Order: sequence, then C-alpha cells, then structure tokens
Amino acid sequence: MKANSRLVVVSFAISMLASLGWIVVYIIDAGLLWEGITLGLALGGLGFGIVLWADRLLDAPEESEERHSLASTPEQNEAFEETLGEGVGAVSRRKILGGTLAGAAGLFGAALVAPLFSLGPGPNGQLRTTKWYKGARLVNYDGKPVKPTDLPTESIITVFPEGNVESGDSQAVLIRVDPQDLALPTDRMSWTQQGCIVYSKVCTHAGCPVSLYRSDSAQLVCPCHQSTFDVLTGANVVFGPAGRPLPQLPLALDNEGYLIAQGDFPGTVGPSYWDIHHSEGSSS
Amino acid sequence: MIRWADERLGSSKWSRSAMRKIFPDHWSFLLGEIALFTFVILLLTGIFLTFFFRPDQSDVVYLGPYAPLHGHTVSAAFASVLKLSFEVKLGLLMRQMHHWAALVFVAAIVVHMSRVFFTGAFRRPREVNWLVGINLIILALLMGFTGYSLPDDLLSGIGLRIANAIVLSIPFIGPRAAFLVFGGEFPTHDIISRLFVLHVMLIPWILMGLIGLHLAILYAQKHTQFRGPGKTENNVVGKAFFPYQVLKSTGLMILTGAVIALLGGLVQINPVWSYGPYDPSLATVPSQPDWYMGWLEGTIRMFPAFEPTIFGVTIPTSLLVPAVILPGIVFTVLAMWPWIERRITGDTAEHNLLDTPRDAPLRTAFGVAGLTFMTIYMLAGGNDVFASMFNINVEAMTWAFRVSFFVLPPLAGYVAYRMANELNDTGKHPFRPSKGIVLKRNPEGGFE
Repeated sequence: MKANSRLVVVSFAISMLASLGWIVVYIIDAGLLWEGITLGLALGGLGFGIVLWADRLLDAPEESEERHSLASTPEQNEAFEETLGEGVGAVSRRKILGGTLAGAAGLFGAALVAPLFSLGPGPNGQLRTTKWYKGARLVNYDGKPVKPTDLPTESIITVFPEGNVESGDSQAVLIRVDPQDLALPTDRMSWTQQGCIVYSKVCTHAGCPVSLYRSDSAQLVCPCHQSTFDVLTGANVVFGPAGRPLPQLPLALDNEGYLIAQGDFPGTVGPSYWDIHHSEGSSS
Repeated sequence: MIRWADERLGSSKWSRSAMRKIFPDHWSFLLGEIALFTFVILLLTGIFLTFFFRPDQSDVVYLGPYAPLHGHTVSAAFASVLKLSFEVKLGLLMRQMHHWAALVFVAAIVVHMSRVFFTGAFRRPREVNWLVGINLIILALLMGFTGYSLPDDLLSGIGLRIANAIVLSIPFIGPRAAFLVFGGEFPTHDIISRLFVLHVMLIPWILMGLIGLHLAILYAQKHTQFRGPGKTENNVVGKAFFPYQVLKSTGLMILTGAVIALLGGLVQINPVWSYGPYDPSLATVPSQPDWYMGWLEGTIRMFPAFEPTIFGVTIPTSLLVPAVILPGIVFTVLAMWPWIERRITGDTAEHNLLDTPRDAPLRTAFGVAGLTFMTIYMLAGGNDVFASMFNINVEAMTWAFRVSFFVLPPLAGYVAYRMANELNDTGKHPFRPSKGIVLKRNPEGGFE
C-alpha cells in the first residue's frame, strides 16, 4: 500500500516535471524528439499514476448488478401496435391524399439527385483522347524536343506532346532498342523510327505511371501492381493484372530530324471501363 | 449546485444510477476503449491541423526552409503541409501523432472486433450493435483514406489515381461516377478540397453519431461477461462506474495519448517531403498504402489479368473483383454473421455470458480462416518489397501468394477447429501449463 502510493506520487511528479519541460522545449525550440518525449512523459506519468491509483489504492469492491431484459411486456407491445395501427389507419384511410403524398415526396426525392450532377462534367469521350496530335513534337520533362540520334539504345525517357508537359493522360515512354529485335505486328513497324518506340505511360490496369524498365528483357513494369509489358512485341501483357497492352504512339520525323507523332494514340490510354471498346460515340 | 441542476433537469436520480453502474473487468474489454481514446486524440490533433492545412491544389512556388524542394512549383496543399511540418512549432509532432493515432485507431477497432467475434458477443441481443460496429470500421477506413490523401504528395496521389481507376471499372456508371467524384478527367484540381470536406466534416459527424449510438446501446444492454463464479446470464459482476471505472478509463486514455505522443515524436511517419509533390508521371518505388488498406492493395496485385467483353460491355475484372466485389462480400458476410451463425447452430437464445474461442469451434475456425485470408492479402500488397528482401523475382512471389490464398486460410481454419476440439476434450488452457488431472473423492467413496 505504502509503496504503491509512493509510486503514484512519483508518477505524478514526473508528469509535472515533464509538463514544465515541454514548455521549456517549446520556448527554446528543442525539436521534434524532445517535444515527443516531454509530452509522452507528461501524459504517461499522469495516466500511469491514475491507473495505478484506481487499480491498487482504490477500495473498489466487486459488485453484482441484476440484468433485466430490455423487452417490453406483451401488453405494452399490444398497446404500442394498437396506437401505431390507429395512427396509420387514420392517415391511410384517405387513399387519394396518401397516394399523391407518396408521389410528391417520391418525385421530390428523385429531383434531389440533380445537384449531384453539378459535381462534374460527363466524360463526353474525354477518356478516349489525349493531347497528342499529328505533327506534335515529342518533348522531355524540360520541354526539349528529342532526336533518335540523341538517345543511346536501351535508354528510356518520358515524353510529352510539345506544350503539354504536365498532361496526365498524354505521358508516354520512349524506348530505343535495336531495330533488329523489334517483333511488332507488321503494320506497326512504320510507327517506330530508328528503333525508337513510344507507348502510353499510363498503366492500362489502374493508371499508375509505368516507370520501371528491365533492359535485359526489354520489359516495362508498373511499380504499383507489377503489370509487365513486353516492349518488343507491342507492349503485350506478360505478367500482372493489366488487361490490355499499352497503346503505341505512331512516330515520324520532322524535317529537322526531331521525333513527332503521326497522330493521337490509336487506342484508349489508361484503365479500362465498360464501353472502352465501343468504336465511336460518347461514353455513358 | 446539485439541487439547482436536479430541480431543473432531474439529474440526481439518473446520475446516481449511472455512477453505480457495474462494468465487468477484463483486459480484452479495454480494446474498444482504446479505439475510442485514439478517436479523441484524432479529433484534438486534427483540429490543430485544420488551422494550417489548405485544401487547395493551385500551383505555388515553394520558398520554405526545406532545401531540396526550394523553388519548386508545388500545390498550395502540399506547401501548407511542408509549412506545418517545418515552420509551425509543434506542427510536425501534431501531424505525426495524428497519423500514428489513425493507424492505432483502425488497429484497435480490428482487434476489438475480433474479440467480439471470437467471444460471441455479437449474439442476441447485440446484433444491432454489431451492425453499428461494422459501419464504424467502414467509416474508419474512409477516414483513413480521405485523410492520407490530403497532403497531395506523390504517394497519396498514386492512391487517388488507383481509386479513380477503381471507380471507372464499375460497369455502366463507372466513367460518369469517376467524373462526378473527381470533378472531371483525372488529374483534377477539385479532389483535395472535396476530400477535405469529407474528412473534416461529413465522415467525422457520422462517425461521432454512430460512436454515440454504439455506446448508448452498450449502456442500455449492459456489458457481457465471461463465465465465472457468481456470474450468470441475468447479472453483471464487476466494479462500479464511479469512481473506479472513471478513474481507470481516464488513466488509460491519457496513457494512450502518451504512447501516441512518443510514437509521434520518436518514429517518423509519412515524410511527404521525401516523396515530393504529386506528379501523374512519377511514382514512388515501392509504394504501399497505410496498413489497413494493405489487404485491398494485395487483392489488386494478385488478381490475374482478365478483361472480357460481353455483348459490347467490357468488364475490367482485375479491378472490379478485387477492389469492389470482394470487399463488398467481406463486409456483407461480416455484417450478416450473427444471422449466418444462427442459421448454422439454430441458437436463438439471448447470451450475456461470453464464449471462449474453444466453446464454438466452427466460429473460431471461420474467424481464424478469415483473419489468415486478410493477413495474406495484406502481405501480398508488399510483394515487391518481399521479393527484393528475399532476392527472388516478383513473379514467383506473386505466385506464392496466389497459391497461399487458396491453401492457407482453410488450413489455418482446420487447425483452429482441431485445436478448439482438443482443448475441449482435455480441458487444458492453451497458454498455461497443465495442472495435471484433478481427482475428487465423491460422497459415495469413488473418484471422479
């Protein structure tokens, strides 16, 4: 008993000192570490002392209390049902009034959906297009255009359409490989330039930037869920949860030798949605 | 003073009965309290944070003291978090305490919920409070996600990007819904301010209301208790609310605060400055969400690529199933569990005495299998981390997890079932050494 009460006093004393310490720490700006330690001790001493007091020093006897069911008696239930029935009956007797009330309330409820649609525009096909256009130069993060000859093979850089460096859905990866290694569908060979090939950087699974490259196997890997795309065969999915290949950007060279796009991505970039494969027309 | 209040409010009668109210004592009954206390800490630290945070995604040039980002264009939201972390006195402590408290909050809820599950405390008459609890954990997860998305840093931006893709994947309404939630095509400039309102107003108000309801129902129904001498279905044995429980709970609340303060001061969490501001073309490697979102991260990573188009409708199952349908099933089964169990056992009686896990081997088996399932999912969310840690390729790691999903939960459930039955047969305590066989002489002179 004696020892316990001494411990409680010590505990509260530590708390008091720590509270003063916390103020000093604040004034001299001693930093996060000391802020945490003094606050922790101030609270800890206080809390420990109180718990110890309650547990060891307080003479709280074990007591028993009866537990009664919360349920009402059958009579009370009957009385309730009767009252409820009377009230409902009084209202529902007037069938036409009740019907129109239900109609008015229901329609008003439905009308309340309207403000929801203020929250954003409809997709209106925006998901299908990016900022790429015919003749758009490929630029890097610094906005500088790129020439194939600037790039060593096995290199990978992120490119954007000129003037849209921050565009979320236009980001693309430019990889330069040995043209001999490419095994694309024949109609897509003309979309590459001197071994330069560009795919959308937006993962077709959940939209993360596909930013890892395994140069030994020429695979692009998404850091979020490890979807893996084979660069040489058209970014087909070789592993992971992605359901579609990364769309390929058709490339050309302008007369200064810089890489340009032949047009927008031929397929939709980014994660799939229900009408992604509808040829044209607005999305939902 | 007491007279004054009583004459106007009739408070004395009610207060006395509340003070005399008996609560049973058991360490596992404190788990829910810890959840409540961390919620209080979240409110207090959260209010401090709102005074400094700006839910604004417009571009500003960062000119503060954090040198690596000096002169960079960042969002006003991100800049305000940096200011809070480096310039506001106690700001970083409050931020880290808030984040730590959030992790402990969800953890305490999960452990409390497991306690309620494995002891059968959800049975009649407490099904309604179980349902309230299920809503509380869902709201807690939403609080967590909306909260850690606010700083507009690279890691949380990726989380929002994935959330956007998940909404997109819902058949028919997906694209429309994603545009409504985010205010347009991702990335938008509206999402942080919307999440802010959800995080500091809408969800906390609902959460507070439901916590009140949770406690009010507990108060009216009185707490359950374990079996023991003098304890019956029709009484509560324990100690009075005042002064014992009040003192002890207050002390425990302050102690919880102490632990959170020490964590916040000594253990770094979510250093958004090192992730940098969100840029849709960059990713942190590796990127894992807070622990309680880990199971969803895992399901999304493990699900194989499968995206059929049926009658012109493409179904992105590799997001829809793991991120929408599966959590839907998990929470539905949890919510329905009191009724599912009643269907299995046919037990419709009221229960105020708790089971131990061995008393209901089937329930225990199901619970253990479920927890195993969730744990594997959560670990699978770190498949790339484990792969590099153990120096094996991530594909092999992924396959190991995929196989584990189907093998380990039933196996763990079976082992739990056998253990429960074994303990019932031998009467041993799982963690205490056996006391040997007790022989009693009965009045007839024989042994039993």
